[in-house]
Amino acid sequence: MSESAQLHTTPQQHSETTESLPSQQPNYMHEFGFDQGQGLQFGIYSLGDHLPDPHDGSRVDAGQRIHEFIGYAQAAEAAGLDFFSLGESHQEFFASQAHAVILGAIAQATDTIRIGSSSTILSTSDPVRVFENFATIDLISGGRAELVAGRASRVGLFELLGYDLRDYEELYEEKLDLLLKINREQQVTWSGQFRAPLNDAEVLPRPTGQALRIWRAVGGAPASAVKAGLAGVPMVMAHLGGTTSVFKGTVDAYRRAAAHAGFDPAILPIATAGFFHAAETSQEALQAMYPHINEGMKRTNGQGMPKQHFAQSVHPASIANIGSPQQIIEKILHQHEVFGHQRYLAQVDFGGMAYADVMKQIEIIGTEILPAVKKYTAEEAIR
Amino acid sequence: MKMILLSGSNVGTKTRAVIDHLAEAVTTYDSTIEVSAIDLAVADMVFADGRNFTEYTGDTGRVARELMDADAIIIGTPIFQASIPAALKNVFDLLPTSAFLDKVVGVIATAGSSKHYLIPAQHLLPILTYMKAQVVQPYVFVGESDLHRGEIVSHDVLQRLDRLVEDTVVLTRTFASIREERDAAYGF
Repeated sequence: MSESAQLHTTPQQHSETTESLPSQQPNYMHEFGFDQGQGLQFGIYSLGDHLPDPHDGSRVDAGQRIHEFIGYAQAAEAAGLDFFSLGESHQEFFASQAHAVILGAIAQATDTIRIGSSSTILSTSDPVRVFENFATIDLISGGRAELVAGRASRVGLFELLGYDLRDYEELYEEKLDLLLKINREQQVTWSGQFRAPLNDAEVLPRPTGQALRIWRAVGGAPASAVKAGLAGVPMVMAHLGGTTSVFKGTVDAYRRAAAHAGFDPAILPIATAGFFHAAETSQEALQAMYPHINEGMKRTNGQGMPKQHFAQSVHPASIANIGSPQQIIEKILHQHEVFGHQRYLAQVDFGGMAYADVMKQIEIIGTEILPAVKKYTAEEAIR
Repeated sequence: MKMILLSGSNVGTKTRAVIDHLAEAVTTYDSTIEVSAIDLAVADMVFADGRNFTEYTGDTGRVARELMDADAIIIGTPIFQASIPAALKNVFDLLPTSAFLDKVVGVIATAGSSKHYLIPAQHLLPILTYMKAQVVQPYVFVGESDLHRGEIVSHDVLQRLDRLVEDTVVLTRTFASIREERDAAYGF
């Protein structure tokens, strides 16, 4: 961890608002463009799944599916959303293996929306190449790129890409350390276990701003959040379900770990990400979403979601945002009160949902949910 | 109904002998039940390494998937060093934490000493409970003298096994119908 802490020792890159901060910590709120005056940021994401429609078993081809991702980003931009992101996955029933390439196309097809990964599987990639890709996406998009670095929830890609599963933990930690170092230093000197050493290497191109916006992907469990906190890296906390109060424990663990390592938790952004579906009533939302979740999870995880669990997702205390627009607004506001996070990411398309249905979800977010969420979460003070 | 009979040891013959008898007993009880046996002594299993069960290949992947697809499972275990065999524990380690959700699981144990009678209760049932199984009560304990040259020679054990089969099937059907009724009530 001491190496991670050293990653942030380049204060010359940060000309503004650093007087009240530990000198080694970038002001991420500023770098990431989080402005509390604008309220909670709202984004959508796709894992990049390519699953059949559970009702008739039909499936669009991979080319069309990839164009759907691009269409989601364009629609999200048109609806006034802040962010769109796409996951990397190398298992069956996914189409976004080359997610950085698709994000390049999205960068070109959009103008204002921030774009990113959700997440990039750093463990099985070279951090130099990952940085090059995302810095390039940042330049194509005029400074809109973000990178969420994840560890993979599947192991097939370790074999596919030539890595040893026994190195699962260390591969990620070492590569994330290097990626963060490349991000903060023009000339990188580094050596590690899983890659040839770098001697005064200049990794190009450099992104538009001070640095690439890099997040650490965290599942629900506190252990990974603690690692993100100790390294002082912004966190995207993803969840499949459960209650908001349980995830508060993860958020608290993250902030405690950050404070323990000498970082100011108040300037470390947090994003949450999970299932979303809006309909006229909560019952209709459950009806529309359940077959997609259940069949999709069966195909990708081997086990569906019990109806009993899914039925509880409409409860105000549950973290999944499924229900009527008004119920979802109230849940998001409650989650914001509990977590104090900066961005919420809605997973709108899982399990072979028809393109038109996803477009409808984006429209509901833009017209009904987002304005209310912004209105009630905007604060006067800007850090 | 799909039922798997799992002989949970890579050595020995007693547990397998009881599992073979159970296969016949299940078919005799209800020939519509799709019953099949897994014998860890003839499966080429790798150690669990934490991956999703769908990602194992070969016999390991087949065993994991067959167990996950089952509605009911009867696990046969010998007792080694006052516990379940490592081979059987490895099977549990291959599966997700809620692998036995909505499944009914029965247990038979074979052992060389009656002093081992409570071992399944202490070592196996907590695992099954953790993995969300509906466990059939009671389990059947088969001692050394209940078997002779691969055949069950105790009428008492034979009747207990018949009761275990009936209880497993009845509970599986009962829980399925409860679940069906409950899921229908959700209206989605």
